[in-house]
Formats: sequence, structure tokens, C-alpha cells
Amino acid sequence: MKVLKYVVNRLFFFAITLFFALTLNFVIPRFMPGDPAERILMRFGPNIDEQAIEAMRIALGLDKEKGLLRQYFEYLKNTFSGNFGISYLHYPVPVKQVLASSLPWTLGLVGTSTVISFILGTLLGVYAGWHRDRRAGSGILIFSLCLRSIAYFWLAMLFLYVFGYRLGWFPLSNAYSTKETLHGFRFVLSVIYHAVLPSMTLIVASLGNWILTMRNNMISVLAEDYITLAEAKGLGEGYIMLHYAARNAILPSITAFGISLGFVVSGALLTEIVYSYPGVGYQLYRAVLSQDFPLIQAIFFFVSLSVLLANLIMDFLYAFLDPRVRG
Amino acid sequence: MWKIGLGIILFFVFIAVFAPYLAKYPPNRTVSLPYQPPSRQHWLGTDRLGRDIMSQVIHGSRLSLIIGVSTGLLMTLIAATMGMTAGYFGGVLDRILSTLMDIFLVIPGIPLMIVISSYVRVKGPLVVILVIALTSWGSGARVIRSQVLSLKNREFVMASKVAGESDLHIIFFEILPNMLSLVASIFFSSVLFAIIGEASLSFLGLSDVSRITWGTMLYWAQNANALLNGMWYWVFAPGLCIVLLGTSFALLSFSIDEITNPRLRMR
Repeated sequence: MKVLKYVVNRLFFFAITLFFALTLNFVIPRFMPGDPAERILMRFGPNIDEQAIEAMRIALGLDKEKGLLRQYFEYLKNTFSGNFGISYLHYPVPVKQVLASSLPWTLGLVGTSTVISFILGTLLGVYAGWHRDRRAGSGILIFSLCLRSIAYFWLAMLFLYVFGYRLGWFPLSNAYSTKETLHGFRFVLSVIYHAVLPSMTLIVASLGNWILTMRNNMISVLAEDYITLAEAKGLGEGYIMLHYAARNAILPSITAFGISLGFVVSGALLTEIVYSYPGVGYQLYRAVLSQDFPLIQAIFFFVSLSVLLANLIMDFLYAFLDPRVRG
Repeated sequence: MWKIGLGIILFFVFIAVFAPYLAKYPPNRTVSLPYQPPSRQHWLGTDRLGRDIMSQVIHGSRLSLIIGVSTGLLMTLIAATMGMTAGYFGGVLDRILSTLMDIFLVIPGIPLMIVISSYVRVKGPLVVILVIALTSWGSGARVIRSQVLSLKNREFVMASKVAGESDLHIIFFEILPNMLSLVASIFFSSVLFAIIGEASLSFLGLSDVSRITWGTMLYWAQNANALLNGMWYWVFAPGLCIVLLGTSFALLSFSIDEITNPRLRMR
């Protein structure tokens, strides 16, 4: 029964948070000074016809005849039926289509990089925690504190300059070769080749957090009696490190994995912009530059949704891995 | 380790305070031809309007520091208020505030900041401070709340309750002094977050890019295609300053955690 209660609890939180994100998304544009309709039309020139503004208001569903509450419900209905309107930037392509073409790139890039960074960082963290008194341990610690202070986009620019521009090892932009049409295996190779620099950026920039989390967990676990007992039994150092210490220290890292997905998704936004990688982040950037509000809203909705889903999955996984959560 | 961190911070504070004396040129004046390579007169060359980049890096420390520290302060203030209220009073209030904290913890910060900043017409340091602080206080509040939960049932708190002290007195004079180190650690990591946040928003052109910060310098460098034109130092210098300042705050935050949590301390 406790498991059920936990599951219902988490689902309830998921629903509330999603609702909150949706409401923010609705309120922010309406709360801000200025008329959205006027703002859109201002891009076409300084002299705006009063009738044009009225027409745009109706097109945006902002006309006064509808109350705010009704607008809100209409917005909710549209969002859940996948109707995000038409992108101003890619006019007349629907926002849905813009998203469908950019979402897979981000998911692939961020997904792969996160997993690699998590594994690499956690292993380094295990090592740094176990050898915390030695030079290697403190070295890794300082290194990870520095990494945490690096802005993703700055690292991206440096990598782009050194490996892309100076050494010429990797392409400077895009997710696949645009010079020639490739098919099948050669297309896949081209995609991987283009993803190397962006994913290297994401891996290096997020490494510091994984190292620190795992190192601190390790050190807490190392004070436990069963580690002393294992040492007294004369077990090998490497065996105790991995099977006794790391195994018990990894749970908080797994939760952090879920929570940090949010950070990595947002970090990827800026990385994508630097590499002109055609993912969600790059689209958001272009949408912001050209004030494409339907696209901005839809992207924020999807970014929030994916982070919330990741959190929900992590909560369930956690309950499965750690019986104490279930009570 | 905290000495290194404090040293770097003092170094930057020194530069910020004495910027007009340390910089060779006023940061906003055209003093040479545009896009000059580094030379003896211009250590980091000049930008698109022929302004001295080195002088901009020096002057940029002012606003970067001010925004970083004041955002950190505001973030910590919100986190402490929310966390202490929720933890101390408990009940329904705690439920509501905790849910709010969790919501702000999971809603992705940078995209939210981008969305808000893209709608706000007024752009300036104050807007940047508000946007970052109001979206990113969740994790600090959560940590403070759990610390208050563990403190409020200790004997000394019970004793003041029995003695008839008011709730406000207990919160500020009994509980808060016992978690100052935690609050300080949260403050330092908030500053780290704010420095990177400001740089990111400025880089996207979502702050007032006519003001000089290390973030807006990176914006102009990117706009001028500095890297493709071989002007890597224009990108490198402000970014390195961000990393150094960020690391120093990370070092302070980490050192406090280590001192207060004996388990983390190096033997």
C-alpha cells in the first residue's frame, strides 16, 4: 500500500508542476507590459493601422470579448491537443512541425552526452572520494570545482575555435553534412561526426557536478562501520572501493542524474546556439531574436515537460532501487 | 583552500574598485582603429568601434561582480525566508511552500529566464538580477528547510519556547545563528550560479548589451565573429575571468561545507 501511496504522491506532484509550468507560460506574455499584437506588427514598420492591430488581436485570441479565464482554458485545450499555432519565424509552418524537426536532435545529443558524462564523472568521483587524502584526489576535486564554474557557451566557443577552426578536425556548424546528400550508414557517420564537438562540450561542462556529488557521497559512506569491517577482513582495496563503498554511495548520484537533466537541457540550449546545432535550443534562440512567441511558448512547454517526466521516472526508479523510500 | 578563493575575490574587488586607474583607456571611447590585434598599446586589441578590450575586461569586473553578488544575496534571502517559514511552522504552510520549492527546483531555470527576459521590454542589470533570483531559489530553500526541521526540536529551541519567546525571536536568534554557515555556503554557490546566469543571458543579448559586463563582452565578440576572425583573446579573456571568479565562490562554498561537515574534511 505504501508503494501505491508513493506513486500517487509523485504523480500528483508531476501534475501540479506541469500545471504550474503551463500557467507560467500563459501568464508571462500577458503579464508583461505592451500589447502582443502591437509588438508583432511593430516588426513590419512604425506606422500601424488600428484595424490591423484589432485583426491581429483576434488572430491571437486576445480580443476583449473573451474573458481571461476563457482564454486560459482555450490555451490549455490547444496545448493538450498539440495545437501550438503558427510560427512567425517560419511562417506559415506550424509550430508543431518546427518542434518535430528539432526535438530529435536535442534528445539525441543531450541523451548521449548525459549518459557518458554521468558514467565518467561518477567513476572519477569514486576514485577522488576513495583517494581523498592523496594528491590525485585533491587534484580531481579542484579540477571539478573549476569545471563547475565554466559557462557552457564559453567552453563551446573555445572548442569550436581550437578543434574546429584552428585544427580543422571537426565541422563548425550544423548536425549533418549539408554539402552533399548522404544516405544510410554514411548519413549516420556524418551525424556522429558533427555531434562530436557539441557533445564533448556538454560532457566536459557537466562532468564537475557528477564528480563532486559522487565524491561527497563516497566520503560519507567511507565513515561507515561496514567499510572498516571489510578492511579488517582483509579484502582488496579495489574490491572494497567498488563493491562496498561505491555501491552504497551511488543512490544520491542517481537522483541528481534526474534533477540535473534540467540543467543539461538548458546547458544544451547555449551549446546548440554556438554550434548552430538545429535542436530545440537553437530554435528557441532564433525564436527569441525574432519574437516568435508561439514558438517560444511551445519550446518552454516541451523543455519543462521533458524535465518533469525525467524527474517522475527518476522518482519511480529511486523507489525501486531504495526500499527505504517505500517505507 | 578557502584562502585561494578569498584571494581571487579580493583581487577582482580590487580591480573593480580601482578600474578607472588600472585601465589605460575609458572602456566606451574609440581610441584606435577597429579590430586591431593585440599590441603594446592595446594588450587585447580593440573591438568593432576601436575600443580597448583590455580596459573593457577591467571595467567589466564592476557590473559582473555587482550583479553576481546582489543576485546571490536576493536568492539567498528568498531561499532563507521560504525555507525557514516552511520548516519552522510546518503543517499546511509547509506543504504549500515545499511544493512551491519543488516546482522551482524542477522547472528548468535557464529556459525560464530566457522566456521571461524575451518578453520584458526594459533591459538592465536590475531585470537580470530579478529574473535570475526569482527563478533559482528552490534548491537553497529546500536545504534550509530540512536544516530548520532538524534544529527546531533541539533542547535549546524547546527551552526558548517554554520560556515564552516569540516565533520571530526563536527563528532569528535561536535557529538562524546555528545555521549561518549553511546560509553562507548557499550564498556563495548562488553567486556562482548568478555569475554564469548573467553571462548566459547577456550572451544571448537578453540584458542591456550597451553596459559592459564580461557577459555582454562575449555577446559582442560573438556578434563580430571574433573566433572566425582569429580574435580568440576577445572571447578568452572575459570567459577566463568568469571561470576564475566563479571558481573562487565555488571554493568558498565548498570549504564551508567541508568545515561544517567533519565527514567531508580531509584528514
